[in-house]
Amino acid sequence: MVGAPGPVLLVGTRKGLFVVTGDDTRTAWEIGPPHFLGHIAQHAVVDPRDGRRLLLAASTGHLGPTVFHSDDLGRTWAEASRPPAFRAGDPLGRSVNSVFWLSPGHREQPGVWYAGGSPQGLFRSADGGDTWDPVDGWNDHPLWATWAEWPEQNTPDGSMLHSINIDPRDPDHLYIGLSSGGVFESTDGGSDWRPLNAGCEAAFMVELEPEFGHDPHCVRLHPLRPDRLYQQNHCGVYRMERAEGRWIRIGEQLPAEVGDIGFPIELHPRDPDTAWVFPMDGSDVWPRTSPDGRPAVYVTRDAGDTWTRGDTGLPDRAWFTVKRQAMTVDDEATVGVYFGTTSGEVWASRDEGNGWECIARHLPEIYSVELARPAPGASGTSGASGDPSSS
Amino acid sequence: MKVAIPTPLRSYTTGASAVVAHGTTLDEVLHDLDRQFPGIRFRVVDEQGRLRRHMRIFVDDDMVRDLATIVRDDHVVTLMQALSGGAGPADGGQRVDRSVRRYTNQ
Repeated sequence: MVGAPGPVLLVGTRKGLFVVTGDDTRTAWEIGPPHFLGHIAQHAVVDPRDGRRLLLAASTGHLGPTVFHSDDLGRTWAEASRPPAFRAGDPLGRSVNSVFWLSPGHREQPGVWYAGGSPQGLFRSADGGDTWDPVDGWNDHPLWATWAEWPEQNTPDGSMLHSINIDPRDPDHLYIGLSSGGVFESTDGGSDWRPLNAGCEAAFMVELEPEFGHDPHCVRLHPLRPDRLYQQNHCGVYRMERAEGRWIRIGEQLPAEVGDIGFPIELHPRDPDTAWVFPMDGSDVWPRTSPDGRPAVYVTRDAGDTWTRGDTGLPDRAWFTVKRQAMTVDDEATVGVYFGTTSGEVWASRDEGNGWECIARHLPEIYSVELARPAPGASGTSGASGDPSSS
Repeated sequence: MKVAIPTPLRSYTTGASAVVAHGTTLDEVLHDLDRQFPGIRFRVVDEQGRLRRHMRIFVDDDMVRDLATIVRDDHVVTLMQALSGGAGPADGGQRVDRSVRRYTNQ
């Protein structure tokens, strides 16, 4: 086992959840046994408000989608008593194909969580993820079917709702991302919504400046500067100062041969000017691999004016993809950056994205990597199981 | 009636490969199953009451998708997963039908 406790990474894969535990030097890592082996573990998140409640969005190729929860980092699990679902008798006949995204709620609303689904439903739990209700103001919005690409186009991973961001100053101020559909904002706790896409390109649409229909891949709000949003979009990297209400393309400062297409974007926990992206090849038929097969992370430290490449230690040539939920950061003095690949590797940087080392390999295709900050006593990576009745 | 449970759902039945449930329709049987084994129904049937796309239900040897199907206590209800690349509408589910015969003979 590794030394004193360090970062814990929750690695969601196509074949189950893996907990990867580091020591306090972030040099020794231990990969625990799979949880829910064979399940599609789309997203796993530990509640930062208590360091204890872990939610996992899971499904299989056959069984319906559900959410599992654990208070001991996966030693024991229970299934949600009422998983995210549209209302029975839904006029559009919608049903949740997968729970795609999990976000803990506002710090003053302990136990509140949000979930985004495919198709693009929004769901809310007030009891730590055990029972879920539809957010009717979104799901039943008169313009939902207009905004949310409905009926589904059956793109490879379906249409999904993701990037649920909550304003740390106001629990009723929410942002969500739709792939496709765009970024939407609510200022009344989800009762009403409006598109927030001005300035953002949608090169795949005929209309020059559409109000909605965009394809945000990942949207992040900085907790210390909540009026600043960053977005990795299908059509570039953007930043918005909310008062301006317009996305500014900051990815054009990336090297032209690299481009600014990608899936994830991650923010520095203390510096709102610092963000990391993982560019991919969005040319031709969209290979979604690193441009020219040369993987690299790019970091900006001036809110997008300039970018610096970080690839020391990464393979000279590799052809993996990093999905939108598969990059994260820790909150150490020198921030650690982590990403997981579709080829089942987890890479870590202890120096804010400059140098890299592979800390896990031979895992299944990775969908998500999230940092957990377990509270004392909320650990227990052994005894992995897939038995929802094991608690 | 006897309800055969496929391996992916046996975490709900504490490992049991067959259980007993009651009802006069398939829907009632599934609700009774859920009463006994909370959560199992939603893995099989969506929130609009539709059998999930890749799930199969047999009543004796007949594959059915209509949950209003009438059942009797002497029927055997078998829940199973579709086989990838296996039975589809074109072959009338015959390959699945063969595998359910093997399954029920276990």
